[in-house]
Amino acid sequence: MRHACLALLCAAAAAASCGGEPQPERSPHTASSSPPQAAAASSADTPRPFRIPGGTSTSGEWHQQAGDHANTRYSELAQITADNVAGLQLAWSFPTGLDNGHEAAPLVVGSTMYVVTPYPNFLYALDLTRSDRPLKWRYAPRPVSVAQGVACCDVVNRGAVYADGRIFYNTLDAHTVAVDAATGREVWRTKMGEVARGETMTMAPIVVKGRVIVGNSGGELGVRGWIAALDAASGSEVWRAYNTGPDSDVLIGDRFRPFYEADRGRDLGVKSWPPDAWRTGGGNVWGWISYDPELDLIYHGTGNPGPWNSEMRPGDNKWTAGIFARDPDDGAAVWAYQWSPHDHFDHDGVNENILVDLPWRGGTRRVLLHADRNGYIYVLDRETGEVLSADPFAHITASRGVDLQTGRLELVQEKVPRLQTVIRDICPAASGAKDWQPSAFSPVTGLLYVPHNNLCMDLEAVEVSYIAGTPYLGANAKMYAGPGGHRGEFTAWDPVARRKVWSLRENFPVWSGALVTAGDVVFYGTMEGVFKAVHARTGELLWQHETSSGIIGQPMTYTGPDGRQYVAILAGVGGWAGSIVSLGLDPADSSASLGFVNAMKDLPAYTDRGGMLYVFAL
Amino acid sequence: MSSRSETGLPRAAWRRPRYRSRRAVLAALVVLGLGCEREERNFTPAQIADEAAPPISGYDESAYAVGEGKRLFIWFNCVGCHAMGGGGMGPPLMDAEWRYGSEPEQIYATIMDGRRNGMPSFRERIPEDYAWRLVAYVRSMSGLVLQDRRPGRSDDIHVKAPEVMRDPVDPRTVGPPPVIPGAEDTVPRIRAGGGP
Repeated sequence: MRHACLALLCAAAAAASCGGEPQPERSPHTASSSPPQAAAASSADTPRPFRIPGGTSTSGEWHQQAGDHANTRYSELAQITADNVAGLQLAWSFPTGLDNGHEAAPLVVGSTMYVVTPYPNFLYALDLTRSDRPLKWRYAPRPVSVAQGVACCDVVNRGAVYADGRIFYNTLDAHTVAVDAATGREVWRTKMGEVARGETMTMAPIVVKGRVIVGNSGGELGVRGWIAALDAASGSEVWRAYNTGPDSDVLIGDRFRPFYEADRGRDLGVKSWPPDAWRTGGGNVWGWISYDPELDLIYHGTGNPGPWNSEMRPGDNKWTAGIFARDPDDGAAVWAYQWSPHDHFDHDGVNENILVDLPWRGGTRRVLLHADRNGYIYVLDRETGEVLSADPFAHITASRGVDLQTGRLELVQEKVPRLQTVIRDICPAASGAKDWQPSAFSPVTGLLYVPHNNLCMDLEAVEVSYIAGTPYLGANAKMYAGPGGHRGEFTAWDPVARRKVWSLRENFPVWSGALVTAGDVVFYGTMEGVFKAVHARTGELLWQHETSSGIIGQPMTYTGPDGRQYVAILAGVGGWAGSIVSLGLDPADSSASLGFVNAMKDLPAYTDRGGMLYVFAL
Repeated sequence: MSSRSETGLPRAAWRRPRYRSRRAVLAALVVLGLGCEREERNFTPAQIADEAAPPISGYDESAYAVGEGKRLFIWFNCVGCHAMGGGGMGPPLMDAEWRYGSEPEQIYATIMDGRRNGMPSFRERIPEDYAWRLVAYVRSMSGLVLQDRRPGRSDDIHVKAPEVMRDPVDPRTVGPPPVIPGAEDTVPRIRAGGGP
């Protein structure tokens, strides 16, 4: 597999060194978009143009949701290629028996596959050595049922992580559990939050240096956001950092060196709020965490500020809708930045941060790539937090751009919500140009593959009181399709040339994650329930398969005990976008599901609920 | 006046929000000569505090109380979960399906005691009288109160046809979602309120 990858890299380098001369056997993209930096890189020392810190998944197994700590969702498996993927066939399937949204990717460790479900958060272990893939065991953590009522956007779970013989994941009622991967026995269970306060957990942990890193959800219920590290052996809490409040809570100390002036000063997590508003200010960690073993830093986004009504919380509302670089040993903040200071639109900053070293203006920079809800793809220096570029990848009316001197998002004042006033045509909508659905990055093509939305909204701010355990919103929203009328897109983005290379329109938001392989195939699913393989360089549709329910899960790939490459995806519509189906909401009310239902009224005509694992092979 | 409650309305009107009996009530009103006391008609029945009889809302009959219920529905963050009836974190309230029943006392119990699938208990947060107004508004969402008692156009962003325009739907109790084998089924309920 390594050889195949190297061969592709050489081919890419060769194409680049041709100085833009189109090669007949290559797609027009590769030739036309090769940046000058890549040409320079092919001389003398010939460094690999795109390097992933910590490396990508090479073993044929899949131990964490993104495949690797850098969050690439890239696999070096290359049995399935752009040339032969058309012959992909259903190998086997497995029903989960549950009707809510299935957002997790299965894990494969050795000859066992592990599947985590939405509430009630079952963990299934399937034996891959036998042709009928029997269930080895099922672990049921029994989260309290009332947790369903405080989960903002369907009772989803974004998956598990494997390390040292154990599977770790979070339950909807805010516990983290460790399960023996061989027996399915619970090793430990740690209560991390209070359901009665509206706190849930839906994110996928990562394991770094023997610590399980987790965070909470609840940004729609005024839950104060935090990230915590648990000892993988015992489940005891090692550190916890809040994302609002005094520096001592945020773990801001001597090492904190934010790049921009606006982020410097004492206790900004208190001073950038009205008195005490930070206590109910959100900034949750329900998205992705990545880890750079060379810099020894973890990176995580922070969720939207609460309440949605921004008039009730004048100030930058630090450290919500932003990103932290932290030391995994003690949680100490090293730098921070806000994508959307004083967010007006529910633009959580929790989307994945993909770590890559890439050619940048003649040199190589250690960066992270981040496609934000606010509609910009950011390239940040991951050592310092400097914004190197921020370019729109979707239709935006709410802001003009990002000032690279100050790092500040430049808002369009007419689109800022006001009390008892309906502001129309705000793009992107509350769900963002891209929500949780994770992108993939191929170090071979150098492209970022972004599943995303094309949604706008009307928004009215209204007064709201804080009542613990109930929603803290203060906004009426109504979403609808953006220009073109389609609601989703799947875009390949060149982060060096800073431009869209190709884009595919989808009728519904592309709410599934992406996977890219060394075989130059990109996989994603649609909310109609179609699982697709497209060419990594051109976007050409190579293969598709209709599943039984809309897809909002994350594709993954592995090598089976028989030596063949498999691709797996969980179907099972739901999540915020699919809640009209999974929760049976009434389309007669446009404000249902925080206004998302207005944009999804026709989804029930396309798909029904029901979780089903699909596994494909040649 | 033994046939009247403290509110001055015939007890029958209090206890029976079913409209089949309205003619009888009307006849009773005429007999009692209430027609001569028009200026004393009570449009906003006072708080229910009758120990002898279980409190069953008469607010279905009061357009003002139903309208107040709509305001309280937003004020107590019901709207955050149920939206304006279409649902979200909580189930829809404007359709025909009722998990725990559509009768006023059933809805009252749901609000005050909470339910195990996530509905918080508002007993120590919402005064009883407010809860009955909420009951009346919730019933109006699917047309279970008479049309001329239901709220009209909202002053906020337009998200649905006003309640007054809605065709009544026949309520049916479907029961809560079945407990998934292996999931928890007996749990403490959430109590709304308290500090962060």
